[in-house]
This record gives sequence, C-alpha cells and structure tokens, in this order.
Amino acid sequence: MNYLELISHVLPEIAVLVTALVLIGMGCAGGSRGGGKAVLAVTAAGLGLALAAVVFGPESGRLLEGMIVVDALTRLFKAVLLALTLGTALFLFPGGEAGGNEGRGAENSALLLLALLGLLVVVGTENLLLLFVGLELASLALYLMVVFAAPAGRPAEAALRYFFFGSVAAAFLLFGFSFIYGATGSIDLRVIAKVLAAHPVEPILPLGVGLALVGFGFKVAAVPFHLWAPDVYQSAPAPAAGFIASASKVAGFFIVAKVLVLGFGVVEGSADWGAFAMGWAPLVAVLAALSMVVGNLAALAQQSVRRLLAYSGIGHSGFILTALVAANAEAVRAVLFYSVIYGVASLAAFGVAGCVLRARGADRLEDFAGLGRTAPAAAGVLALALLSLAGLPPLVGFFGKFQLFAAALSGGTPGTVPGLLWLVALALLMSAVSLYYYLRVLKQVFFAPAPADAAPTRDTSAGTAVCLVCGSVLVLLGLFPSLVLQPLQRALVQLF
Amino acid sequence: MIAWTFLTALIGSALLFLLPARRAGLARRVALAAALAGCLPVAVAVWSFDFGAGAGAAGFQLEVQREWIPALGITFHLGVDGISLVLIVLTALVAVAGILFSWNVERAPRHFFALYLLIIAGAYGVFLSLDLFLFLVFYEIVIVPKYFLIAGWGSTNRSYAAMKLTLYSIVGSALVIIGILAARVASGLDTFGLLELAAASFAPGLQLWAFPVLFLGFAILAGIWPFHTWVPGGHVAAPTAASMLLAGVVMKLGAYGALRIAMPLFPEGLEAWRLIFASMAAVGIAWGAGAALAQRDLKFVIAYSSISHMGFVLLGILSLTSLGVAGGVLQMVSHGVIASLLFAVAGRMLHDRVHTRELAVLAGLGLRRALPFAAFVFVLASAASMGLPGFSGFIAEVLVLVGTWGAFPLLLLPAGIGVLLTVAFTLKALQQAFFSRAAGGRESADAGAQYEPISLPEIIGAVLLLAAALGIGLYPQPWIAPILEAMNSDLMRVLLP
Repeated sequence: MNYLELISHVLPEIAVLVTALVLIGMGCAGGSRGGGKAVLAVTAAGLGLALAAVVFGPESGRLLEGMIVVDALTRLFKAVLLALTLGTALFLFPGGEAGGNEGRGAENSALLLLALLGLLVVVGTENLLLLFVGLELASLALYLMVVFAAPAGRPAEAALRYFFFGSVAAAFLLFGFSFIYGATGSIDLRVIAKVLAAHPVEPILPLGVGLALVGFGFKVAAVPFHLWAPDVYQSAPAPAAGFIASASKVAGFFIVAKVLVLGFGVVEGSADWGAFAMGWAPLVAVLAALSMVVGNLAALAQQSVRRLLAYSGIGHSGFILTALVAANAEAVRAVLFYSVIYGVASLAAFGVAGCVLRARGADRLEDFAGLGRTAPAAAGVLALALLSLAGLPPLVGFFGKFQLFAAALSGGTPGTVPGLLWLVALALLMSAVSLYYYLRVLKQVFFAPAPADAAPTRDTSAGTAVCLVCGSVLVLLGLFPSLVLQPLQRALVQLF
Repeated sequence: MIAWTFLTALIGSALLFLLPARRAGLARRVALAAALAGCLPVAVAVWSFDFGAGAGAAGFQLEVQREWIPALGITFHLGVDGISLVLIVLTALVAVAGILFSWNVERAPRHFFALYLLIIAGAYGVFLSLDLFLFLVFYEIVIVPKYFLIAGWGSTNRSYAAMKLTLYSIVGSALVIIGILAARVASGLDTFGLLELAAASFAPGLQLWAFPVLFLGFAILAGIWPFHTWVPGGHVAAPTAASMLLAGVVMKLGAYGALRIAMPLFPEGLEAWRLIFASMAAVGIAWGAGAALAQRDLKFVIAYSSISHMGFVLLGILSLTSLGVAGGVLQMVSHGVIASLLFAVAGRMLHDRVHTRELAVLAGLGLRRALPFAAFVFVLASAASMGLPGFSGFIAEVLVLVGTWGAFPLLLLPAGIGVLLTVAFTLKALQQAFFSRAAGGRESADAGAQYEPISLPEIIGAVLLLAAALGIGLYPQPWIAPILEAMNSDLMRVLLP
C-alpha cells in the first residue's frame, strides 16, 4: 500500500474535510455575514465533489486490515449520505432568512460536514476502533449543531441531555468493544467472525455484544435508550433535527446491521416463539418490540409535530430492528432499504416542519392548520412523507415495510408457523396505530381553517426544491422499488 | 390491455391533482372522461372474453404478466375470470354513475374527483390482480382517499366516522398482510403469485389459524357482523359519491378477497371455520335489517341495509355450493347497483335539495308531488332492495338461499327473518319519505317549485343503475354463466365438493 492508493480510497472524506475547513475559514473571515449564498455554494460544491469522488473512485479495496473498506455497498451508502446531507444543507438556508442562524451559517455548515465526515468513516470501515472514532466525531458535531443556534434556553437543555446520554452510550460502546477484543483478539469484523466460527464462544463475549448493543440502541433511538430523542428533535434547529433523523439514522442502521450480521452472525441466538435461544437476536427483538409499542403509543399524545415525528422515529427503529432479528441477507437488504427511505421521508417531514416553525414560531398541530391552502407544495410533500411513513401504497413506505416484515419471517422453515410471527403481528398492529396520528396531522393541514391572525406559511424556493425531490423519490421508488433494490442486492451479494 | 382500467383512473387522478386552480370547473369533465375511458377496456374485456373456455385451463384470460420486483418474486400479473369480469363491469358502472351524481360538488372539485378516481383505480386493480403483493397495493390504495373524502366533504359527525372507518380498514389490511406473508413463508416458494401459492399445500395446523386471520381481515371490509360498526357512521358521513362507492364497490373488495384469496389458499382452514363465519354472516343479515328498522335517518336505513345485504354475499360464498357462490357473487353486483342508487336518491336527490334526511321531517314535505322522479326511482330501487321478482336482488338472494339450504339449513332462519325485516324497513322508509300525507296539508301541485329540478346527469345516472338492476333481474343468465364457469377453474374448484 502506498499513500496514493490510500488517498484515492478516502478521497470523498478528504473532499468533505477540506470543504469543512474552508467553511470554518470563511466563518473566521466573516464571509457568511454578507452572503449565506456563498456558504451554500461552497457546501454544495464540496458535497458534489465528494459525490463525484465516490462515483468515479475505486470500486473496491480493503486497506489497513479493514480500517478502510470500499465496496459496492459502502459506495452506495456514502452516496446516500451525501445526498441526504445536501438536502439538509439546503434547508439550512431557507432563501436567505436564516432563522436563528444569523451570521453563523458558515460554522453551521462546517459542523454539518464534520458530522457527515464521521458518518462516512463509520460506513467505510470494518474496524471497531475506527468505527467508534467516526461515531464520536459525528456525535460531537451534532451536539454542537443542536446547541449552536440556541435562541433561548431550551436547546441548550436538549443539547446537554443529548450530550450526557451520548457520552454514556459511547462509554458503553467502547467498553463493549474492549470485551469483544478480549474475547476474540481482534477488532476487525471479518477476523472476529472467523474466530467465532472456529472457536467456542468465550463467556465474556455476550457481555461485550450486550454493551455494544446499548451503545447502538442509543444511536438509533431504540427504547429504552431513546429518552434524548424527543427533546432533541423538538428543540434542535430543524435542519439539525432533520440530519439526526435522516443521515445519522441511516448510518446507524447500516452499522448495526453490518456489525451484528457480519461480525456476530454466529452468536445470533433465536427469538422465535417457543424456541428462544440466547444470543443477540432475543435482545434485539425486545428492543424492537419496546420501541414499536412505546414510540407509537407515545406519538398519539403529542401536540408538537416535531415531537410526534421523534416518537414515530422511535417506532420506526422498532420496525427496522424487527427485520434485523432474522439476520440473513434478505433481512439486511430490507433494513438498509427501509433506513434509506425512512431518511428521505424524515428529511421531507422535518423540512416542512421547519417552514411552519419559521412562519408561525411554533410547531403545534394547530400551527399546521390551513397549510394546504397557503403552501400547497409543502403540504402535499408532507402528506406524501407521512403517508409513506405510515406505510401506504403507492408510496415506497408500503413496499419498505412489507419487505421488512417479509424478511423478518423469511428465516422460518417451510410448512411451519414462522417463529417471528409474534413480532411481525405486533409491528403490523402498531403500524395501524401510527396511521391515526399521521392522519391527525394531515387533518389539520388540509381541513382545519387557518387562524386569521397567523402569518401564512409560504413555500420557499430551496426548501420546496428539496421537498419536491423527496416527494418524487417516495412516489417513484414506490412504483419501481427495483431501482434501488437491484443495486442494493448486487452490493450485498459481495458482502455475504 | 386490461391494465388500462386502472391506468386511466390513475392518469385522470394525477391530471386532477395537477389541474390549475382557475380551471377547477373542468374537474368534473376530466373525471367523467377518465371514468368513461376506463369503461372502454372493460367493454373490450367483455367483448374478447371467451365465455366457453371451459374447465381445465387456469381459468384466467387476457392475462398480463411483467417482471416487477424480482428480488422478492413479485410480478405485475393481471387476469380476468368470470367473477372478476362481472365485478369490473360493476365498478365501471358505479364509477360513471357516482360522478354524474356529484356533478354539483362545489368544494375543491379537483381534489374530490382525484381522490374518487384513486378509489376506482384501487377497485379495478383488486379485481384484476393475480399477484398477492400487487393485490395488496391496490387494496390499500383505497384506504386514505376514503378518509379524505369523508373527512373533507362529508356530513354528520364526519371526522370521527372517517377515522373509525379508516382504522377498521387498516386493521383489516394488517390481518390480510399477516395471512399472505404466512402463506408465502409456509409454502417455501419464492413468489407472491396467487395461482402458485394456491397450488402449494399447507399444513392443517397452519391453515387452522391462518384462514380465520386472512378471512376476517377481508370480512371486516365486507361489513361482517360483529365487525360492522364502522359501516353506518362511515357511509352516512360520506358525501354521496363516496357513499355510492363505499357501499357499491369497496365493500365488495373485502368479499372478493375472501372468495378469491382466503378460501382457495386455505381450504382445510375454511372447512373448520366455515360454520362459524356463515353463522356470523346470517346473524348479520337479520341484525342489519333489524337495526335499519329502528333508524330515523334515511341514509342510516340504507347503510344498515348494506350490512344485511352483504351478509347474503358472505353466506352465499361460504355455502360452497355452485348456486350459493354464484348467488353470492351476483349479490355483490346487485347490491352494488342498488345501494348506489339508494344512496344517490337519499344523498343527491333529497338531501342536497331539502337539506334533511330525517324521515319524520321528510314525511311532512309531500315529496311524492314535489320530486316525482326521485320518488319513482326510489320506489323501484326499494323494490329491488326488497328482492321483488324481476329485479337483480331477487335472483341473487334466491340463489343464496337455495345454496344455504344445501349447506346449513338452520341458518335459513335468521336469513329468512332478515328478508322479512327488509320488507318492513323498506316499506316504512318508502312510506315516510315519499308517501305520507303532509301533516299540515301542505301537499300541493306546485310543491316542487321550491326545489331545484332534477338535473340531466342525475337522470342519466339513475337510468343507468336502474337498467342494470332490471337487466340482471329479468335476464340473469349472462351474469350467472361466467360466474359458474369461473368456479370450475383450477383455483376455485377446491371450494366445491
């Protein structure tokens, strides 16, 4: 290996890092005061370069014993993360008037890119230590983003809570990784898998995997490690919340699926009804069941739409983990596919929530009244996003959920009752519950008259563009899921 | 080719959503054009359908099969047999009539008709799909437009009724999804094709719980007692066109799913649960009719009568005799036509003019003189609904009763009570709405002058539906023959002893 080879494999990360540094420089020079547009242009250019580096870069490679991995799957997900970040960046600059961000646009963008850099590292590694470093980089940037645009006291409180929960989770993760290293003698996922397949399981290993699961549970906001999510989603500036709910969650599920299935497939255990066997599958099944029930039921009672989206996101973590329990190639495909479309729908929903927040100063259900008349584009996209989250055809959420549940059941032997049916039945029931609270929002949007004194919410150009792209993705993929499914399938074949 | 049935509706719906606001006046014309365009492929399907194809073949004609989502073995597979043929004819008929009866929608007509066409598209798709995933897509497409139509354009207690109806539908679909996934996983096949899965054999233990889950999921949408409570509120709150579609077509989606998917997939489960579900259907016949007798709102009367009539459908298909099944399917068509007609009279002809549906109030208005055409249509529709000979209801219910006689003689008792009660509540409603002496002697020759006259679209729509009800009643053979033929196909043959 020489440095040229190394650089060619991490070119996307380098592009993002350099852009972030340039933006910090612009911030110091006061460049963002005059022109939010310049910041946006630099950000978009940097992301575009990184995307080009992903698309035209090397197709495969495994450097430094799995520290840097490039294959079809990592390239696909790096591209997804870059696209979602670009969408978030456009929301950061709602046509010049930057909410609480006056004069801090450059720093905000730089933080966004640093968080993205962390996620790119996470996606592109099979080394537990580098994975941890990437997660921490992303988390630190996100803590700052949450608190950065604080106009009043609340975001600081939310950020502090996020930070405390996050640091404890990070400690759990690191502690778990150290046990895993102790039990297997390696921090390379592939080596770990080989060791586990060849040798009897050390008693210390389950402890390590369990501790790591706590850390991961925090990352994807699974119950009971979800307590930070509602406050952060509600109090953070909308773009930051959108990023946490989309890109960060996509990367979270990517890494959970990869670590558990690739590294610890051997110690899966079983969560089948009547045939429980110890391993990580029963733990994940419990997390999934709790997340679905708590997330969806708590969402019923919310008045703030962003809080509602936070709880619905917790519920979705449960849906996604449901499939992960099956732990085969089909399940990983379903998990990755759903996490991507969840990211797209979340981004759109938070984008619209941000528009309403700017116009009305709050995001209670009543503040969405009349949106259908004053901002039809935003209202339409919000409807598409929420109905896709509810899992209704012809939107892609339907196929996504269907595939999740089909995958969860796919592990069973033909002719018998599928063992995970209990979990899938619970998921379908909770999915029906979720329709109720999504319809509550849409009822306000389309049928409630706007209060006469309220400032009307109007569509903004950049936000509308992102919304429309998200909306068309949701419809197009709903009609032709194979557009993403086939590349994903091909990428996964290399992995398994 | 048959894909154009729902494609025209989907295209029409998309056009309406994108129609600029200042062209809103065009909306109903666009909708009518889309619905009529959807009739064309239906007509072609009837024309090119080979009625004498005979048994032995898979039983489906005019098939379309394309690769769609190969990763999960999902194909875009459509086909027509005798049962789906008569049901797409019904859909085409009700689709056109519903638009004619909502010609006067003033509030956001673009979105009204766009949502309306989405339901039509879903209905066509359900009746034509031979792939279970494709079926589910169409089956669930219907749910949200129903909610928006009722919550946005409805009347009495619309918000609550719309949510209740939607949640019942989504829970029903959840049960259906569980049943379908269980079938796919237990078969060990990498496909969602209905014909392939039905050919697989399932362990009796699985069938014993999978059948009731799947059947009940469908039967909730068909309004089976005691899961019928969403029907009255939802149908009453819905705007006229949506009531027509809900009662006329959407409830049939559930019955069709039960007959086409649940029963052939799990025949042994069916055998075990048949009596229980048939009893529920028979109780529903009597229950719906009895409840209708107690109503004071004309639309509630019709809504409860729907529950009673859909009981006949379920009883017929569960009888597992060729006559009973044919009667059940024919009753779907018959009730589709008659219920649409009744809702059209109650919602469009009466309520939009006199602004009340209270029978006690209507009785004082002397509507026989004021709105003679409405009275004429309602008399005929009531006669059809009671099952008078010469109308479609008669032949369908007789077939069901004959079939039931062979299968469960005891269940004829509640069914018979239901028939008697139907006569009672129909005559009562008819008498109160149109033929009671005006209380204060206000009945006069020019009473009609105060109401807007019956418009041409209404007349055309009423004539269309009446013609269908009479046509089936007087000459049922062309409708029964293809249904009976369809029961001989590989898929359906398992149902008959």
